[in-house]
Amino acid sequence: MAVMRYSEALRLAMTEEMERDDSVFICGEEVGQYQGTYRVTEGMLSKFGPRRVVDTPISEIGIAGMATGAAMAGLRPIAEFMTWSFALEAMDALVNHAAKITYMSGGRISCPVVFRGPAGVGTQLSAQHSQSLESWFAHTPGFKVVLPSTPEDAKGLLKTAIRDPNPVIFMENAGIYGQRGEVPEDTDFMIPFGQAAVRTEGSDITLISYSNMVLKCLKAAEALEKDGIHCEVIDLRTLVPLDMDTVVKSIQKTHRAVVAHEEWKNVGFGAELASRIYEQAFDYMDAPIERVGGADVPMPYAKNLERAAIPTDLDIIAAVKRALA
Amino acid sequence: MAKTAVKEKSPSDIGLDTLLGHYKTMVLIRRFEESTYRKFREGKMGGYLHRYDGQEALVTALIPQLELPGDKILCTYRDHAHALLCGTSPRAIMAELMGRATGCALGKGGSMHLIDPDNGFLGGDGIVGGPVPISLGVGWALKYKNTKNVCVCYFGDGAMNQGGVHESFNMVGLYKLPVLYILENNQYAMGTSVSRSTGQPDFVKKAEAHGIAGERVDGMDFFTMWDAAKRALARIRETGEAYFLQVDCYRFVGHGVGDDNTQGWKFYRTEGEVHEWMKKDPIVKLGAYLKDAGVLPDELAEKIDQEAIAVVDDAVAFAEASPEPPLDSLYENVYS
Repeated sequence: MAVMRYSEALRLAMTEEMERDDSVFICGEEVGQYQGTYRVTEGMLSKFGPRRVVDTPISEIGIAGMATGAAMAGLRPIAEFMTWSFALEAMDALVNHAAKITYMSGGRISCPVVFRGPAGVGTQLSAQHSQSLESWFAHTPGFKVVLPSTPEDAKGLLKTAIRDPNPVIFMENAGIYGQRGEVPEDTDFMIPFGQAAVRTEGSDITLISYSNMVLKCLKAAEALEKDGIHCEVIDLRTLVPLDMDTVVKSIQKTHRAVVAHEEWKNVGFGAELASRIYEQAFDYMDAPIERVGGADVPMPYAKNLERAAIPTDLDIIAAVKRALA
Repeated sequence: MAKTAVKEKSPSDIGLDTLLGHYKTMVLIRRFEESTYRKFREGKMGGYLHRYDGQEALVTALIPQLELPGDKILCTYRDHAHALLCGTSPRAIMAELMGRATGCALGKGGSMHLIDPDNGFLGGDGIVGGPVPISLGVGWALKYKNTKNVCVCYFGDGAMNQGGVHESFNMVGLYKLPVLYILENNQYAMGTSVSRSTGQPDFVKKAEAHGIAGERVDGMDFFTMWDAAKRALARIRETGEAYFLQVDCYRFVGHGVGDDNTQGWKFYRTEGEVHEWMKKDPIVKLGAYLKDAGVLPDELAEKIDQEAIAVVDDAVAFAEASPEPPLDSLYENVYS
């Protein structure tokens, strides 16, 4: 184990996989000479050279097409979007090509590509740079959707993503790039997709979340513990595939649930999650599921408005109290 | 006498026997496309249907010069002829068009998504400019793996007005990738003519603006197309850099079934214009050449036609007798 930042754990995963497999390369804006907009790829150009760490023009369609086509032709590209907001430029290459080619070809073509980059909200980046779009991709069959919340998961899940034979949407969170944690140095350390992590065990209520929102759930759980409320916090880690077994098992114990995420509440992933819980665990529920999500507005710039738009640990605490009332 | 004629008009490496083979292929494409239209009208096919009638030389004078499956081909939804040329069996193509389990994509792709990676054919694409960004990645992979292979990317004049095409051209020009672009300039993006859709109808200039050299070619003439493709491929294999062919051609039928062999196409083109282009039919032209050269007497032409019809009939019979995909295959192939 070594203590490192979330961003360093991502770099370690990519470095290990590139050392292991020559077909892995990185492409994206400012990933090379600039050392990565958020320094995730720092030092990788000098280590691997311009054949494998490829600076691109500001051309998201080109980047997505390059990665998808290269994957169809047998490579394992990692395409970095400077932020997931910019990936909207490339939706045709992503949704109509990468996600569908395997199905359209009757399974005759694989598309082993990772699309990664920072997602999430905050720091007054306002409407076009500050948003969470995971449900757009989770909605589309053909993608796997991954959102790590810890440095250890960042490494283990990214390595799994790179070795997966399918297109993987890998959404990092810019707000926690600097977060430190213990990370296994074993080069074979991988975290399988579809296995949620129980971050804190509890008996009164289950908090289900992913990415940065898990940290807010843990903070809320800590505060509630002082009031004698024992929360179980589940980190989904991957939305597709989705580990409902862990969720249902927890609800069988706690009989109450809060689903929480930073993305818009309207048609957000929490709605899917709540619906599945009702389908699979209704008989165990003692109270309606509470949903916590972002305000359904384009992200405002002003500090106070932004604060009001992004859900916090206090919103989670309030939801827990409603569920227990 | 015949040999002299070949030397005058065609590349010296095409013997008359080989040339006769290419003629047969073009006849097969035409008969195949005519048959698909009939089967569509009979209700045996769904979705859309985009025929290649009139554009046969664009594939027949190029794809046989490739080294498949090392070389790769991408194209748009007007893709039946490309699959035939790559070596996909007419049976597997027809079965795919009819949505059968024996289709080249197990019935999951249909007319617009024929595919045959074992033969280097990475598929038809339902999005007008769709294959162009993908070809950037395929070209990248061919260079990355240090091969001498080429990715050939076919697309239409309508694609030249889509943003992703220009992003991709720019990157292919920047990275110097082995891609041969074949702009199938059949004059119309659906019903919108080139003159009604761009302020710069010289497409070669648009490629050159991104650092990709190119030239304009008459796609109604087999020999012109063959020579241009040959030069372009040799140049790409030698330099590793992309090349662009604006191939002027014409589709003798409508864009799709919406205006195919009905009155619909008259909204955007005149009967006179269509008939003028039909005089340049590449099959008739190559047939006349072969007849002059003494290798295609009328009886043989008739025999070739009947053989093509027999191949198509066999494909139809095979497809019609094939089962639909099993229902439990619905959820298969979403993931690898």
